[in-house]
Amino acid sequence: MKDLLSLIQKNHESILQDWLRDLKARITRSDLINDRELTAQASEVLSAIRGAGGNSSLENFDAAEWQPLKDVLGNLSASWATQGFTPSDTARFVLSLKIALFDVARKQWGNNSEELFAEVFRANEFVDKLALFTTDSYIYGRDQIINRQQEEMLELSTPVVTLWDGIIALPLIGTLDSARTQVVMESLLQAIVQTNSRFAIIDITGVPTVDTLVAQHLLKTITAARLMGAECILSGIRPQIAQTIVHLGINLEDVITKAKLSDALWLALERSGRKVVRVNTAKSNGTSAAEQRGE
Amino acid sequence: MERIPILRMGNFLLVTIQVDMHDQLALTLQDDLTNRIAEVGAKGVLIDISSLEIVDSFIGRTLANIASMARVLDAETVVVGMQPAVAITLVELGMPLPGIRTALNVESGMDHLREILTSHEENYDYDGDSTED
Repeated sequence: MKDLLSLIQKNHESILQDWLRDLKARITRSDLINDRELTAQASEVLSAIRGAGGNSSLENFDAAEWQPLKDVLGNLSASWATQGFTPSDTARFVLSLKIALFDVARKQWGNNSEELFAEVFRANEFVDKLALFTTDSYIYGRDQIINRQQEEMLELSTPVVTLWDGIIALPLIGTLDSARTQVVMESLLQAIVQTNSRFAIIDITGVPTVDTLVAQHLLKTITAARLMGAECILSGIRPQIAQTIVHLGINLEDVITKAKLSDALWLALERSGRKVVRVNTAKSNGTSAAEQRGE
Repeated sequence: MERIPILRMGNFLLVTIQVDMHDQLALTLQDDLTNRIAEVGAKGVLIDISSLEIVDSFIGRTLANIASMARVLDAETVVVGMQPAVAITLVELGMPLPGIRTALNVESGMDHLREILTSHEENYDYDGDSTED
């Protein structure tokens, strides 16, 4: 009595040939991979299946014997993804192994339909698991990238800049959600303490939409800053956002709001007893003209 | 019994909270402070909470109460040096302490108090002038 696995061990050469022939016929993006690479990868997968050992079974894919095969498939999925294949391309690569396996099974058990059906069913299940595994690891890889980018974005997205001695600004870009507001709030309050700033300008020019939740987050931040003894000025409110705020019935009465960042800076300078004046350029031009005449 | 010292500086009273506030301590402070304000006729109270790291709704309410009581006794209260974490906690607890004046540190808090007092005096002068006219 032979099972499918030992059959694979014995006939691996012919299975590989069948598989490759089938692969080359089915592959849609032959421009992305050459024959030699394809052969190398297919034989790697097949030898990982063979290497699983005699006591492993096709039913129990979670067993430790299949770990090398899983590693091979994981690497394959990652490298195909970077080469530009879609996950279904990768799955098709694995699934086309079925035909080769069915072929071997038919040769072995061709005269016993009961046995043939059982073995084909088993092979089918096994290859399906492999294909699902490659898809899973593709998605897992994607998720890792997305998570990392999200974290990086969170760190990058809250730069607190010093505009003047005692005046800091926080230009917000992108949608504010709860997690981001927490980071924004903390970094702003931390910066207030560190720089000893009496004025904090929150600029929302880069915030695409303001709904009640975002407004609530902003109000919380402003209140917290006030509790610490700093004054907050909200700037960069676009006309559409002003309309939305009023339509939503958000109360920004207690908050100092300005249309532009420059207005907010002007106000902060004024309140801290400073003034911006134009130097008299006409006079200096006059003297230089006189000097030129003198020469 | 544990007490928080209250220092007098001219017209002002200075309170520095350097230990963890518990409920009884907050109530004692409230008692002592109102007594001292009445006793010395203080015009301003400065509470430094820069060392306070933990705050709950009771402490928050007591701070608000102290400020209201001081105002009844004709003294302005400024709370200075609140830590970011404390400010966030108070906001999340829904206690924005609307009546309380705040400042970043003791120095700007004192400036703030002096400003308030001088503006009050100006108002009195103005009132006096207006009655004369």
